[in-house]
Amino acid sequence: MIQTIVFLPLLAAIIAGLFGRALGVRFSQLITTGAVGIAALLSWIIFTQFLSGTTPYTVTISNWITSGSLSLNWALKVDTLTAVMLVVVNSVSSLVHLYSIGYMSEDPHQQRFFSYLSLFTFAMLMLVTADNLVQMFFGWEGVGLASYLLIGFWYYKPSANAAALKAFVVNRVGDFGYSLGIFAIFLVFGSVQFSVIFANAPHMAGKSFEFLGLHVDIMTAICLLLFVGAMGKSAQLGLHTWLPDAMEGPTPVSALIHAATMVTAGVFMLARCSPLFEQAPAALDVVCVVGALTAFFAATVGTSQTDIKRVIAYSTCSQLGYMFFALGVGAYGAAIFHLFTHAFFKALLFLGAGSVIHAMHHEQDMRHYGALRKSIPITFITMLIGTIAITGVPPFAGFYSKDTILEAAFMAHSQVGYFAYGLGAIAATLTSFYSWRLMFLTFFGEARWATSKHIQHAVHDDHHGHDAHDGTAGYHPHESPWVMLIPLILLAIGAAAAGFVFHTHFVGEARAEFWRAAIHPTKHDVLNDIEGIPLFWKWLPTAGMVFGLLMALNSYIWNRAVPKQFTDTFSMMYKFFLNKWYFDELYSVLFIKPALWLGRLFWSADKNIIDGVGPDGVAALVQLTAKRSKLIQTGYVYHYAFATLIGVIALLSWAWPHAGKAIGN
Amino acid sequence: MESFGQNIFLVHPEITLAVGAMLLLMIGVFRGDGALKLLSWIAVAVYGVAAVFVTILPADRLTAFNDLFVTDGTARFLKLVIYTASAISSVIAIAYLQRRNINRFEYPILIMLATTGMSMMVSANDLITLYVSLELQSLALYVLASIHRDNAKSTEAGLKYFVLGALSSGLLLYGCSLVYGFAGTTNFEGLRTVLHATLEQPPVIGVLFGMIFVIVGIAFKISAVPFHMWTPDVYEGSPTPVTAFLASAPKVAAMGLMLRVLFDAFGGLSEQWRQIIMILSALSMGLGAVAALGQTDIKRLLAYSSIGHIGYALIGVAVGNHESISAVLIYLVIYMFTTLASFLCVLAMQRNGDQIEDMSELGGLAVRQPKLALAFTLILFSLAGVPPLMGFWAKFYIFKSAIEFGGLPMTLLAVWGVLTSVIATAYYLRIIKIMWFDKSSQDFDKPDYLVNDVLLTATTLFVSPLGWIFLGPLQAAAMLAARALIGSA
Repeated sequence: MIQTIVFLPLLAAIIAGLFGRALGVRFSQLITTGAVGIAALLSWIIFTQFLSGTTPYTVTISNWITSGSLSLNWALKVDTLTAVMLVVVNSVSSLVHLYSIGYMSEDPHQQRFFSYLSLFTFAMLMLVTADNLVQMFFGWEGVGLASYLLIGFWYYKPSANAAALKAFVVNRVGDFGYSLGIFAIFLVFGSVQFSVIFANAPHMAGKSFEFLGLHVDIMTAICLLLFVGAMGKSAQLGLHTWLPDAMEGPTPVSALIHAATMVTAGVFMLARCSPLFEQAPAALDVVCVVGALTAFFAATVGTSQTDIKRVIAYSTCSQLGYMFFALGVGAYGAAIFHLFTHAFFKALLFLGAGSVIHAMHHEQDMRHYGALRKSIPITFITMLIGTIAITGVPPFAGFYSKDTILEAAFMAHSQVGYFAYGLGAIAATLTSFYSWRLMFLTFFGEARWATSKHIQHAVHDDHHGHDAHDGTAGYHPHESPWVMLIPLILLAIGAAAAGFVFHTHFVGEARAEFWRAAIHPTKHDVLNDIEGIPLFWKWLPTAGMVFGLLMALNSYIWNRAVPKQFTDTFSMMYKFFLNKWYFDELYSVLFIKPALWLGRLFWSADKNIIDGVGPDGVAALVQLTAKRSKLIQTGYVYHYAFATLIGVIALLSWAWPHAGKAIGN
Repeated sequence: MESFGQNIFLVHPEITLAVGAMLLLMIGVFRGDGALKLLSWIAVAVYGVAAVFVTILPADRLTAFNDLFVTDGTARFLKLVIYTASAISSVIAIAYLQRRNINRFEYPILIMLATTGMSMMVSANDLITLYVSLELQSLALYVLASIHRDNAKSTEAGLKYFVLGALSSGLLLYGCSLVYGFAGTTNFEGLRTVLHATLEQPPVIGVLFGMIFVIVGIAFKISAVPFHMWTPDVYEGSPTPVTAFLASAPKVAAMGLMLRVLFDAFGGLSEQWRQIIMILSALSMGLGAVAALGQTDIKRLLAYSSIGHIGYALIGVAVGNHESISAVLIYLVIYMFTTLASFLCVLAMQRNGDQIEDMSELGGLAVRQPKLALAFTLILFSLAGVPPLMGFWAKFYIFKSAIEFGGLPMTLLAVWGVLTSVIATAYYLRIIKIMWFDKSSQDFDKPDYLVNDVLLTATTLFVSPLGWIFLGPLQAAAMLAARALIGSA
């Protein structure tokens, strides 16, 4: 069954990718959606098996690499963690496939699009089913490739190309760390097999090696290297800059790759490697701090953005921060639980945003929205559910997972834990604010469509638009087709119910039987303590959430002059947030300009010195010899005979000194 | 002493070919030039019968006619390769010859006579047999080269080949007489005994010089640099099917003869000839790679390519152990098929009934004749030695044996081989680039010879990665043949 789940999407991707043009758009849509749909159904079957307590197992497909002491297989490891990821990946992917049939219906290259989507799904499945680090790296790079291809799907847009490139390059930085981590693990443990590494990890705790005169703890170094990889893939502070730009890709891609699945690969990887991290408390502290900072940073930026997709992108970044600081305080189950619920409501928000963009003729700036709730009611209701879920209103999904994380951080009773709780609580307030801000700007208030160039074009092209003076410009937004609405509705159900239904298994009483050995039992399980959290600290984030909602109501419904006054008063802070804390500018000065300078230097050295002596020089020499040797070939028989005789004489002269005297003399 | 019956039994394949040639001649005389097609197909049947006789020969080393003639695993292996090449060469010419009104019925007969000579060459066990068989082969080839006698280029090619061939025969004969004069025998086994007896002392100058002259005579036939000068002119001037034949079977036969002479007769002088062969090899690889860069005529280019390939095969000869000889034999088989395939492509590339020989006119072939262009591309990649095509494996085994042999000179030779392969790839790629990327307004003739198409498909499939399935059996057979050659020394 697991083989079917993993390889069906690959098969569909190959068929749609290579033969899509011959088989047609509809066929490509159906085969990819069908394949991933079947995989999703099978995933839920596996998931329910694990809910009722199946033993984990590993299916070996074939030997992959045998080289010296390095030996590894293509193998599919299935345990609770994998089962959760299978459900997340395949469910969201199949719904996104379905949604794309409607969303991409006017695109001329749909076969390519669906093939990439299925290819991505396959790579992600390889990642989550890996039983060794190298196979995981294969999936890791595979999703990176698919992400690159899909961000740059509209390759004729320069901005899309730049964004794709940026995502690729920034991820390279992370991947470099990850691969160094793999090398280090092989060096230390002599294996890349999870079972071997995890079994030996406790023996390595506290051992150190010397580097540049410093004593470095082995496990800490390994875990930090792995975490660098996770930071790149999961857009944590410092390596986050590619994620907002990745919104240049089609919206379904943002929902699948840059919200629900790929960006959570880092969280998955850390959870998978939890037996290693348990031996490196210092590394866990770093994870916790980086996660908390990311959660806070992204939330602040999210409040100032005007592009609907960018707001959600920063929201994703922020939620990923929550997952990481949950990992950092050892609440692995809570992190995966949030990953699970977040996949539903974030995919829902993205797909909802896509539906809005679809209705608003590709306008993405929220300043040109407003009053859309009557035109696109189903989109409005489903997005409302998504917003309630993300802000953490009980009993929706976000409440269970996010509050568990915050409680765990508080109850960790460590400095980093309190730090994370503080930033997390502020971020929860901000999350509520920017999420509601998005809702109010989009669906409430009066229509501000007339200022949008996209809408003006649309109305102009129609010719039957009457001169309206109510801000609608005579434009009539239409609800999306059912093929797009059904995924929204299904995801809305998930966003509403996933937390309530599954929290006992993921973080509640049943968690020990549910997870078993899939995530390492911590020495001191903070989830045991969260019942004992003081009520004030338990409800503080919820109060912050309500406060955020009221602020948003005040700013965007009741008194619409507030935002203007606020930005004028705190213009420094506003600009700081609007420009994303100037990360891109900082990197431009720190890395990009020196890199360009260095590149130009090497380029000129390469062109003048290396090429001149090397390839160009040799090529010129070869060309010259070719011309010369052509001259020898005169066509005259006596020249040829002469050459032959010269050859004979040369050989004889060479042999002369080697000869002895004749026999018998 | 062997009985007369056994003698006759061992030369059954050669007798079949000789009698077959005469039979074909009789039919030709009575039926006239119109019988070309019939004769060609009968010739194929005769090669088939001869091949059957080869396969039923005993596997052991046996000599006949007072040790003039030897048959062993090596001879059997090479004979089968040669017959295959001759049979293919006979039938691919039919359409070409008919179209140009040079459908002389002698064509398949001459090929068969040459094949008789080649068959004897690889079984030579005496300098006399060596010379007679080499001349039997060469005389037939001279005539073949000028078979288009109304064409100035063809006659020029034949004449040049003849004059230079005569020179090389003279050198060879002179070498034979020197060896006989100083060693007292012309028999290979006798020579081996004499040389082994004096292994401790430096070789006698007469024998050494004699050996060099013999090597030069054979090096001329395999067109190793600097005895290659005839090759480009003859390849260009001869009718294309003749060129295809010249580049395949005789090369295999002459390499076989080289192996016989070096290992059977002069095995005791291996330290001396190894260095000579290495020099020839290095020069051939270098010139084959560099000189081809400047060519515009595709047949000239393939001539230089064949010079280069002989250079690679010579590395294996120079190494001279089981692995390297089996690598040489594998190389020869793959080279033979690849060369025939490349000339089949050249034969198929026509415009208004004329052969296209200028490379620049191949532009647009990929658009108008995609299958042909694809086949030619695969073949060129194989000639260049691009994995996973068969040409790669041929080179791979050769270089592997050289590296395993060790020592600085041999390693350098292998490195040189790799470097020249890289240079050579440039001109193969240029043809591919012209075919696939250059535009042309002119159309090409549709290929309409079924036999050629079938053969082209088969040979292309052989050089393609599908040829792997033959690689295992081929290796096993080549290893047996190599053991027969060196095991006896």
